[in-house]
Amino acid sequence: MVYVAPALLFVAVFVLWPLGHLIWLSFTAKSLMSGPDDAVAFVGFDNYARAFGDKNFWRAMTFTLTYTAYITPILLVLNLALALLVSKNTPLRRVTRTVVFLPVVIGLASSSLLWYWLFDQQVGLFNRLLVDMGVLSEPLVWFKKATTGQFAVIISVVWKVVGFGMILMVAGIQAVGNDVIEAAMIDGASAWKRVRRIIIPLAMRSIVLATLISAIGSMLAFDQFYLMSGGGPRGQTFTTVYWIYQSSFVRFELGYGAAQAVLLMIVITSGTAMQLWLSRKGQK
Amino acid sequence: MTDAAAPLRRPRVRRGEYLAGAICVAVIAIMLWPLVMSAFASFKSPAEAASVPPTYLPHSFSFDNYREILTYHAGLFSYVWNSLSVAGLTILFCLALSVPAGYALARFPLPGKEVIFLILLASMMLPFQALLIPLYLLLNDLGLMASKPGLAVLHTILQLPFSIYLMRNSFEAIPKEMEEAAVVDGASSFFALRRIFLPLVAPGVVTVALFAFITSWNEFIGALILMNHEDSFTVPVMMTGVMTGNFGAINWGGLQASVIISILPCLIVYLLLQRYYISGLLSGAVK
Repeated sequence: MVYVAPALLFVAVFVLWPLGHLIWLSFTAKSLMSGPDDAVAFVGFDNYARAFGDKNFWRAMTFTLTYTAYITPILLVLNLALALLVSKNTPLRRVTRTVVFLPVVIGLASSSLLWYWLFDQQVGLFNRLLVDMGVLSEPLVWFKKATTGQFAVIISVVWKVVGFGMILMVAGIQAVGNDVIEAAMIDGASAWKRVRRIIIPLAMRSIVLATLISAIGSMLAFDQFYLMSGGGPRGQTFTTVYWIYQSSFVRFELGYGAAQAVLLMIVITSGTAMQLWLSRKGQK
Repeated sequence: MTDAAAPLRRPRVRRGEYLAGAICVAVIAIMLWPLVMSAFASFKSPAEAASVPPTYLPHSFSFDNYREILTYHAGLFSYVWNSLSVAGLTILFCLALSVPAGYALARFPLPGKEVIFLILLASMMLPFQALLIPLYLLLNDLGLMASKPGLAVLHTILQLPFSIYLMRNSFEAIPKEMEEAAVVDGASSFFALRRIFLPLVAPGVVTVALFAFITSWNEFIGALILMNHEDSFTVPVMMTGVMTGNFGAINWGGLQASVIISILPCLIVYLLLQRYYISGLLSGAVK
């Protein structure tokens, strides 16, 4: 017991207590500017009522959901395609795996700033490349419109995280075992059939897991939008976490920020639970 | 399979193999392109880095961008030092908490063991970003604002559940007989942990440290909120400062130089310890 105590104490002090504190704060009008001894007004459900009526909060929530709805299937398809491409153990495929995984270990802040530069309308090489290839007639001001801005962020994040899901799925595919696949080949199953009927069902667990992790990550997106779009244009690309940050640490309304954080937590937890439940049901 | 089909299939398989190889090469090129371009840009002269339209390859080779961020405000080295010491503390905290916890959870018949394990892992389910407000207040009350231990605590919160999970698995993988032999010889559990188990779970320890380093070195929003003094910035926060530059004009060359500086340690550590990283990732994810 002595051995677990430090970890339990740490979790109690730095996770469970803050969680309780967060819920309490969400019922108060706590401000970042108030001193430690100032009385904090208890306001009941006012913060929640305000969040439900707050156009900006809803816009951020909807934006985050659409962002997640776009990026998750893109990642799922690319993860799977790459995993199928590199799951065999040949030298070239090993190198490909390593290279695709490289961006996973670098910071999201670093990759966002790297791509912010590539997307720049004047000095950005990605723009120049698209023009040189004839895809664009002239450099695009990606972050002038919310749609292209969001698209730019999606490109950069896909580059950054695609290796993560790929590795999980490679492990899933390799666990299927060569004998099963060879048996199917002997039975004359086409490549497409082998993938659809054998590999995907048997690797389902890792596919669901990779998708879940990427969906949760997208729901919590902050760095990429803070650094690349700055929430603009006209506040159209604020994500929920970004908006909570804005409410709490830029406008100092901690109580209101806390209420929004509680709502976000509820959305994410129920989403996770639902997906796990669905996948379990699907397996039966 | 009939014998007649075999010679027919051969060339097709080989053609498929060439195609897959070509796709692999294309994928490698696409994935590396941004990194290579950034590295090139960091070695352009500041004027060339800001030229419109941009150049793919540097016309001249210069360290000016690096020299410039070397003296950016408190100086590059002090930011790198901040990041390194926060990462070092995070590694320390994670190991100090997860090694004994993993040992106990794997080796002792604790009452309510599964419940304890679940509580520890449940904190992984709570989005850390949502807890930033109370954590900010708590660290403020503890006098840990803009301090390295404070930020390290924040990063430990992120990394602890995974670390405990990994350490428990490492301890569980050790055969029971090893421990029984030690107990028969009259060794205390602490002695057994130190002398017998630690060498055996060394790969787990390396993996925990590796993940803690990468998480801490890269973490952004916590550092942005907590490290509110120019001197206390970590590298990711410093980068945003480099970007804005001095007069509102973006310092593109300096930005790419700082991006490269921020990426390099992770790439080196990953390439050196890739085996630990991937196996840790898989054992953490496939539960």
